[in-house]
Amino acid sequence: MKLLIANGYLIDPSQNVNADKNLLIEDERVAGLLDRGEPVPQEKEVFDATGLVVAPGFIDLHVHLREPGEEYKETIASGAAAAVAGGWTSVCAMPNTDPVNDNPAVTRFIIEQGQRAGLANVFPIGAATKGSGGKELAEMGELKNAGIVAVSDDGRPVPTAGMMRRAMEYARGFDLTVVDHCQDPSLSAGGVMHEGRWSLILGLKGMPAAAEEIDAIRDCVLAKLTGARVHLAHVSTRGALEAVRRAKEQGLRVTCEVAPHHWTLTDQAVAEYDTNTKMSPPLRSPDHVGALLEGLRDGTVDAIATDHAPHHADEKALEFDQAPFGITGLETAVGLAFELVHRGVIDLERLVELCATNPARVFSLEHRGTLRGRAWGDVTILDPDLEWTFDVSHSRSKSRNTPFDKRTFKGGAVASIVAGRIVYLHPEFKQIAAAKRAELASKP
Amino acid sequence: MQTVFKRKHLLGIRELEAAEITHLLDTAETFRDVSRREIKKVPALRGRTVINLFFEPSTRTRTSFEIAAKRLSADAVNISVSTSSVSKGETLLDTARNLEAMAPDCIVVRHSMAGAPHHLARMCNAPIVNAGDGAHEHPTQALLDGLTIREYKGRIEGLNVAIIGDILHSRVARSNIYLLTKLGATVRVAGPGTLVPTEFADLVEQGLRIEKRIEEAIESADVVMILRIQRERQDAAFFPSMREYAVHFGLHPEHLECAAPDAIVMHPGPINRGIEISSEIADGSRSLILDQVTNGVAVRMAVLYLLARGNHAGLQKARVEPVKNEKKQHKGSKA
Repeated sequence: MKLLIANGYLIDPSQNVNADKNLLIEDERVAGLLDRGEPVPQEKEVFDATGLVVAPGFIDLHVHLREPGEEYKETIASGAAAAVAGGWTSVCAMPNTDPVNDNPAVTRFIIEQGQRAGLANVFPIGAATKGSGGKELAEMGELKNAGIVAVSDDGRPVPTAGMMRRAMEYARGFDLTVVDHCQDPSLSAGGVMHEGRWSLILGLKGMPAAAEEIDAIRDCVLAKLTGARVHLAHVSTRGALEAVRRAKEQGLRVTCEVAPHHWTLTDQAVAEYDTNTKMSPPLRSPDHVGALLEGLRDGTVDAIATDHAPHHADEKALEFDQAPFGITGLETAVGLAFELVHRGVIDLERLVELCATNPARVFSLEHRGTLRGRAWGDVTILDPDLEWTFDVSHSRSKSRNTPFDKRTFKGGAVASIVAGRIVYLHPEFKQIAAAKRAELASKP
Repeated sequence: MQTVFKRKHLLGIRELEAAEITHLLDTAETFRDVSRREIKKVPALRGRTVINLFFEPSTRTRTSFEIAAKRLSADAVNISVSTSSVSKGETLLDTARNLEAMAPDCIVVRHSMAGAPHHLARMCNAPIVNAGDGAHEHPTQALLDGLTIREYKGRIEGLNVAIIGDILHSRVARSNIYLLTKLGATVRVAGPGTLVPTEFADLVEQGLRIEKRIEEAIESADVVMILRIQRERQDAAFFPSMREYAVHFGLHPEHLECAAPDAIVMHPGPINRGIEISSEIADGSRSLILDQVTNGVAVRMAVLYLLARGNHAGLQKARVEPVKNEKKQHKGSKA
């Protein structure tokens, strides 16, 4: 099986490629980058990417697929369908399922369900502690043998520095990255939004930025103590980002990700008590949002991750205090990342770095996030000019909890290719491609 | 009187214009006389139904709304739902939709969670009156406080108002801060540092002064508002003891010496005697605590009158067309 992705503009930061190239995929893997006019094999399928951007497949380090246990919110198949429709060819599934992914049977089940769906690659993240209870270490070695790519107690932050130290030291021996949801529960308990002017106006209990910042600083200090690889999930505060910046300056193995809603919206979005603005960490004040944009620009932020957190409409139709935290994000993230490009915060190359190159490095996903020879044939095809409106009623996710319904975007993914197989094609791809060809043909 | 208040719901004071607040107060003033008559009833809302849906225990506010509705000749129905039973069974939304199916003209909601009335306003068709939602707002309390100040001071503009106590958890404080600053008063607040976050200074555009000691806030104040210590709302210890609170943040007669000579004292009730306010003051000549209660009925009459008169669409359309009960014809029979 050969697939030639022809006539596209190829961006691959892993090998500093930023040029018109054809990409040949053979037997699921990259066979090579070819200049225009270079000879190609006779028997092949051709994907015409005229006027489009060809990038290594995007990798989302942070999703909640809810299976096993909460299939009424999402299944691995529906989550994977949403992923590829949003341009993500790989997703890393957080372990807070029911049961928690703290044993090899659950890990294998998640991997198998991912393979059955046959859409995005599904990489499970294992629990750092048993049941994510924060008391005893999970069997990280066994989990790694079963296929996990990192460990985390996301959603239930590791409560004590002592336990976190153990987890880091133990994970280091298996070369597993420890992912932490930074939040000091003694400061954030009971909070439902960012603590500040808007929480006071709305009379809702706040979670201070300090709750995240203290844990982020703690984790950076422990990264130094243990030498472990530490990845801070969905960083939302200036202080946490500064901690990461300092840790990187010291040469520590600390990385971080940012979620699109955190740079797109502020805590003012909560003003109408819309439960689709309730997530953890919460939407922050403009000062923190400014710090995230700085971090995205200056390289402190390693990855864009969605924190895709589907919840049933009935659960989100409760009072703000009662509704669960989280929003879906797989289908809107790339559109929101393009907003950064159009606003001049980042360029397209950096976007690819944040969505593909760096995520692969953060979890050491070999032969991913790159289009070097022998890498997996995972490709995201982007149209930076595509104007589209997100309509949640057409979402592939089983859930509908998003604050971005009816938002219009410029730029998005039009095709996703996993191991040389086209797993998603924009419903109007033929028209989009035809328009691109006509546009280019009309130019002298 | 020209109608300035055209809103469908009353959810808070923050979103109101000064003219709307003044209109509500003026309307309340006209209704105040009704309660002073021998026959305390006008036919303004005859044939209308008001539902008081209380998810939190309340004596004063619920009774006040009930009496207000009845003095307007509306039919008032009181429903008290304990929050615990709700968490086991029906959601807030389902409860409200079921009540709405009985075609009320107004639903008055009290809830322990901020934003609950907004949730209903978004999803239901009937006008919603917020009778207190969590730590968010209590608009009719601020209106009755405003009415009381106007009654005894003749104005609100230019007055110095001190608000003392648990600002953090107080919906009364928030609604009053908005109302008073919109109408031109200067507001200073004081209380324990744990209950008066510094961010409160930016709550309103013109800013609030936060004082450490209550004497500083009361200095030359025309109005002193004392907030109730809400023991039931405090999930953690915000101050060491009631004794210490009473000593450092309770209002005592000597405090009033630095206030304006004709200063008035208010409290939304129910009072914790000897904690946030000494009995000498609560029962003293400057205390307007019972006048506030009297004005509460007038304010709620005004609010119900303006919202329940019936400019809204009434029952929502059924999703499935009901069988039309016109002339019954036997289709099968030959003509």
